[in-house]
Amino acid sequence: MHTQTLAQISAALHAKKISSEELTRDYLTRIKSFDGSINAYITVTEEEAIANAQRADKLFAKGEAGALTGVPIAHKDIFCTQGVRTSCASKMLDNFIAPYNATCVAKLADAGVVSLGKTNMDEFAMGSSNETSFYGAVKNPWALEAVPGGSSGGSAAVVAAGLAAAATGTDTGGSIRQPAALTGVTGLKPTYGRVSRYGMIAFASSLDQGGSLTRSAEDAAMMLQAMAGFDAKDSTSIDKPVPDYSAELNHSLQGLRIGLPKEYFSEGLAAEVEQCVQDAITHYRKLGAEVVEVSLPHTDLAIPVYYVIAPAECSANLSRFDGVRFGYRCKDPVDLEDLYKRSRGEGFGTEVKRRIMMGAYVLSAGYYDAYYLKAQRIRRLIRDDFLQAFKNVDVILGPTTPTPAFNLAEKQKDPITMYFSDIYTIAVNLAGLPAISVPVGFVGGRPVGMQLIGGLFEEARLLNVAHKFQMETDWHLQTPILKADQ
Amino acid sequence: MQWEVVIGLEIHAQLNTKSKIFSGASTAYGAAPNTQACEVDLGLPGVLPVLNEEVVRMAALFALAIDANVSRHSVFARKNYFYPDLPKGYQISQFERPIVETGSIEIELEDGTRKIIGVTRAHLEEDAGKSLHEDFHGMTGIDLNRAGTPLLEIVSEPDMRSAQEAVAYMKKIHSLVQYLGICDGNMAEGSFRCDANVSIRPQGQKELGTRTELKNINSFRFVERAINYEVQRQIELIEEGGKITQETRLYDADAHETRSMRSKEEAMDYRYFPDPDLLPVVIDDGYLDACRATLPELPDAKRQRFIDEYALSVDDAGVLTSSRDLAAYFEATVVAAKGETKLAANWIMGEVIGGLNKSGLDITNSPLSAERLGGMLIRIADDTISGKIAKQVFEALWQSDEEADAIIESRGLKQVTDSGAIEKVIDEIIANNSGQVEQYRAGKDKLFGFFVGQVMKAMQGKANPAQVNEILKKKL
Repeated sequence: MHTQTLAQISAALHAKKISSEELTRDYLTRIKSFDGSINAYITVTEEEAIANAQRADKLFAKGEAGALTGVPIAHKDIFCTQGVRTSCASKMLDNFIAPYNATCVAKLADAGVVSLGKTNMDEFAMGSSNETSFYGAVKNPWALEAVPGGSSGGSAAVVAAGLAAAATGTDTGGSIRQPAALTGVTGLKPTYGRVSRYGMIAFASSLDQGGSLTRSAEDAAMMLQAMAGFDAKDSTSIDKPVPDYSAELNHSLQGLRIGLPKEYFSEGLAAEVEQCVQDAITHYRKLGAEVVEVSLPHTDLAIPVYYVIAPAECSANLSRFDGVRFGYRCKDPVDLEDLYKRSRGEGFGTEVKRRIMMGAYVLSAGYYDAYYLKAQRIRRLIRDDFLQAFKNVDVILGPTTPTPAFNLAEKQKDPITMYFSDIYTIAVNLAGLPAISVPVGFVGGRPVGMQLIGGLFEEARLLNVAHKFQMETDWHLQTPILKADQ
Repeated sequence: MQWEVVIGLEIHAQLNTKSKIFSGASTAYGAAPNTQACEVDLGLPGVLPVLNEEVVRMAALFALAIDANVSRHSVFARKNYFYPDLPKGYQISQFERPIVETGSIEIELEDGTRKIIGVTRAHLEEDAGKSLHEDFHGMTGIDLNRAGTPLLEIVSEPDMRSAQEAVAYMKKIHSLVQYLGICDGNMAEGSFRCDANVSIRPQGQKELGTRTELKNINSFRFVERAINYEVQRQIELIEEGGKITQETRLYDADAHETRSMRSKEEAMDYRYFPDPDLLPVVIDDGYLDACRATLPELPDAKRQRFIDEYALSVDDAGVLTSSRDLAAYFEATVVAAKGETKLAANWIMGEVIGGLNKSGLDITNSPLSAERLGGMLIRIADDTISGKIAKQVFEALWQSDEEADAIIESRGLKQVTDSGAIEKVIDEIIANNSGQVEQYRAGKDKLFGFFVGQVMKAMQGKANPAQVNEILKKKL
């Protein structure tokens, strides 16, 4: 069952070929067997999962089950889950039991999913390799010596390894799409405001967006159906009707206009990765799409702009972790300043501290205009690039990442190189657009992803475009061979 | 040297919404610590603020009342600093784009001179919690009930030239926010408090002197005392050859002095930036028109109307319109007293306010209703009781729930207007005091009072004074 898509699993449950409890126990057994070497879970909530599966089975018995009832999924450990540790992969929150559910978590629970546990991630979602986690790095199920990408590396890995049927993730600069590409799964980052941020621990508030990691676009449609919608608790969530995503998956692509940003097919893109993407483009031509070149002239500014805005916002967002009310507190503080300095100094990891310092710097008196304000101005130019391009094309297509998964520790010492692994994904967050990463092949046994970017609230079209490709190909159905832990 | 004092005030008015500015928790005062702080107020991981629309309406009312510009597009910003009673490590405030811009208000000093004071801006922000240092054995307790309470910070221009002007301005704003119904004005509970920026400069000099900021002053008396103390300190320091340092000072009411808290060098860099969790507040004409339609009659207009409509003196009208509730009490009394405006004004300003002050009560919880007071005033007007007897009736009204007529009746306080009865008493008194009568007739006019007194005494004060005077004069 673990190699099946969410849609297939849901069908099997509805056909009563398997019960949710059997399925849940199967996944829990697999987690015990395989997660020791992958390290994708921070917390497994076995008892709760079984209880929820039994509850789901009762709904099936009563004929009250929905599309997601009884389906075992995992939540990125950035989403608050009531009564369950919500660590954000930080020592700072190692002892934090959330007293409430994130809106996303509550909506999925209402839809009947069974949560298996909380997935590993880069600390506070800051990282592109999942190596900044307090709980240790996540390994790529396709190659244990490689990273799974980040920050939703644990969520990507559990889906790739069949340790959950789907997982939630968050994407601030590529944190869903980049790990999806590196682990061969489908990762959807919706339009900013489509999914509530309430209860999602904030990294960079104007960029963060919750989404999903799944085996297919069809699965992503099912997940988004449950997660999307206006939330009165999130002022930035948008009050716009949620379409029926699954209903639009099979529209013909005849006449679809696909734009290839020339800036994404240039220096820095590995030739083998480009080849995989070109093969995908050939498929789209066969499906009747028209492919044209577009330009996103400010592409090279996306990373510098992001590393001003995201740290600025995070420097304030992470101020609440002060050792006063919850989370880590240093031992025997001598006074208030000591309490602050040591709680934060000891509780946060290096990358988090680096970004807090960068953020405090760019916001400080005398630098604000030169960095923060200027970055906001460039952010508008980047958004305008996309709006301009969407005047001529329906979707934008390109590689998700410049290379396949790199090895653990390979880029850890060099943050700038690490930051550049998000070069194709970051601009999308700055523009607030939806995008999806879809598997398009392998290089040296490691998956390669293609990114499709849509106009605002064009998730249905993206899912349609991705689904039609997946109906023609089976890259997304490949599964890694895992060795059980001893 | 002649020094000129320059003062600007930052007033924090707590907006009296039912729930907090960014959460649904109650704002009621005095609950057990941390029982009115929800997950948003506690700054838990993952929570988000949602603006309470009521605060926007209140800020708009304030802007309209001081003829200020309402920003059509105002922005909330994060003010970053660490303090244990600041849960998020930043305060949500407004910085570059406040909701209220450039208004003004006219103040009146005790000598009657009037002056326009500029209001630079007013912005919305959330209050912090409270740190409690007692009862925790060397540790600090944190109460976050107040965290997230909405505040309107009203910043004046440095237009005031004396502590008296500052107090007059503060009182004016205090009255205005209560009139608007946007702040309860309770200074003891901290609902209305201010910081004062004070500097001095040689008379005639244009550029401003170095200022100090006096923090958190919560009574009119303390504002005056703190400013006067600070002005004196600055004058002495400069005249001794010293220099003022720009700093924040705390006024200690017990010691009656100001003390340095932190200097400019230690001043914080708050790293303000727009809060990405909140959208800009956009206000259109329709919204403003709707607010304008609900504006109550404001203090100045009401006072003028009282002068015109009730023929009150400027001073009396000022006292009676000092609060919206007092003005309403006066108008209800006038109605109940069938238009006896002068009597109503005198009795309210004298006995009623005196009685309230004595028992520490507010006009809204006065034991004597306007209707019952009016009932007594009618009896004064129609000569059923004299002004003197009325004091007894008033006492009884204050102490009981009875109506004036019932009190007059049951205690036999009705005035005697039967001239025959009065004449009879006067005849007796003249007969019994022949010595005084002789002296009076010999030109000792002062003795007239003696005779009046004797008559009143004999008639237990119930005789109609005018009649007594008249008959006495005739008989003597």
